[in-house]
Amino acid sequence: MSSTTASAALPAGPKATGPGKSEKPLSPLRAKRRRQFAQWGFIAPAVIFMALFFGYPLVRNIAMSFQDYSPSTFFTGEAPFNGLDNWRNVFGDGLFGKALWQTILFTVGSLVGQFCIGLALAVFFSRRFPLNGILRSLILLPWLVPMVVSGIVWRRIFDQDTGVLNSFLGTLGLGGDTPWLTSTSMALISVILVNIWIGIPFNMVILYGGLQEVPKELHEAAALDGASAWRTFRSVTLPVLKPVITVVLVLGFMSTVKILDLVLALTDGGPADSTQTLGTLTYQNSFVQMDFGAGAVVGNVLILISAVFAVFYLRANRNEGK
Amino acid sequence: MATTTQIPAAPAPATVHRSRRRWGATVLGVVFLAVMLFPLYWMINTALQPDASLVDVAPVPKTLDLSGFSSALTEQGANLLTSLAVALGAVAICLAISAPAAYGLAQFNLRGGKTIVFGTLITQMVPGIVIANALYSAYVDLGLVNSYFGLMLADASLGIPFAIVLMRSFMVSIPREVIEAAEVDGAGRVRTFVRVVLPMSRNSLITAGLFSFLYAWSDFMFALTLNTTDDVKPITLGIYQYIGAHVGDWGSVMAASVLSAVPAAVLLVLSQKYIAAGITGGSVK
Repeated sequence: MSSTTASAALPAGPKATGPGKSEKPLSPLRAKRRRQFAQWGFIAPAVIFMALFFGYPLVRNIAMSFQDYSPSTFFTGEAPFNGLDNWRNVFGDGLFGKALWQTILFTVGSLVGQFCIGLALAVFFSRRFPLNGILRSLILLPWLVPMVVSGIVWRRIFDQDTGVLNSFLGTLGLGGDTPWLTSTSMALISVILVNIWIGIPFNMVILYGGLQEVPKELHEAAALDGASAWRTFRSVTLPVLKPVITVVLVLGFMSTVKILDLVLALTDGGPADSTQTLGTLTYQNSFVQMDFGAGAVVGNVLILISAVFAVFYLRANRNEGK
Repeated sequence: MATTTQIPAAPAPATVHRSRRRWGATVLGVVFLAVMLFPLYWMINTALQPDASLVDVAPVPKTLDLSGFSSALTEQGANLLTSLAVALGAVAICLAISAPAAYGLAQFNLRGGKTIVFGTLITQMVPGIVIANALYSAYVDLGLVNSYFGLMLADASLGIPFAIVLMRSFMVSIPREVIEAAEVDGAGRVRTFVRVVLPMSRNSLITAGLFSFLYAWSDFMFALTLNTTDDVKPITLGIYQYIGAHVGDWGSVMAASVLSAVPAAVLLVLSQKYIAAGITGGSVK
């Protein structure tokens, strides 16, 4: 980056040096400084980028939550500070509590479903059988498709009158007119079901990786002791898998709690706000109502929740890494 | 489990028994896969019969009707190209920023390096909508709203922390002697990085690039929030607005969905090992 580092590397010659300016011996301290300076050149762009795209928004969001934004703010550029007004308004509105509760239900429901099915599939694919590898990688597809697209496909499947799910259930004689996305009692459950579907591959892959690390001898020893398969799984596999399980759950939590794409594509938060979560509420406040102050308040709550779990993640990571 | 069968009376029946059991697992695996992939199958199936009365979408298309695809291409083709351009730009920015950083954090013993690695992990936890919330007004001030470059930058932010963590964990294992040898030969730091470190880290570069592409391609949130006009409209945003306008025309919507899912499918087929490595490597390590 600096001129000293871009020295030309001549292939031949024991020491290919000319009477260049860099010949002057530097004091050791200055040389070290210079070296470190050049080394920081590698890292600086990333640090600047992350400061702008992560650090700045974090700080800015806190400031915004104390400012009064209105649609005209973006013409006038004026967003006067209004103290705790935004916080009072957001917390005083019943919708916040509702969104918070629905976020909890959504997150817990999704995690339990994703994890259990993902683990079951991981155990299943840990057995050796023909075509295992191909089947295992194809199961990743739902995770790779853009989430908003998955949401739209499922919206079609869930359609009350013309969707394939209801017509299938009807053929089986199991009703067949469930209002999956259009009733306030079913919509959240449906959204959770889709998110479970999306999350299964991720859980499966990481847990599968974890299962490969479980030493075979442990299983053999358990088998010699006459332990049943279930007992072996519970007392041998699960404990060894625990760090991986922590990581899977925390990462799953982080990606679920802030969900936006999926809900917008499936229900737009409706019907009657029955699928509104903290993520969609932030979006609604800021980009639909154009009240960025209110959006920032909800966003800050989201950050706070994420921060608590980030601590879990980092602790899990530390135990894993060393 | 499968190996603890009865006393082998004769080797042949036992093997037959075992292999039958194994194929049984394959059948079960196919069933699981079919259930998991059914929605994607249904997407393709619906896309291929746009004119069928949509009350009754046949389980299998009787005739291949590509009109859904042709109308999707006419209306969404430009958005697909936008997605491609934005995603490739995001990958370029992401790799250009994160590869040197990963190298620096892996190999230089700089004071504060640990803090940066820590910060990188933390940034992965910041909810995207929070970033969009604050970024929007900054983008308005900087004139980056409705611009390709603005969206590329925002989308690059989805991949950068992940790419740094992933590549760093790889570059840590490059032996110091290799780098020192290059430097003794007279190569400068930049040259060593480009000629020695990058080629050695090829696999992790591919994995990081692949994931930052997928992140950017799938991005909906930044596309939705950082664009107020139709100037820059990736396919994800295009499809979302499409269902608002053409609720009846599911054939075209599904065809557009299929097209938007093609990169994922292609990448999965071409580079399954990188994808599996990326999912596990970037998170567990």
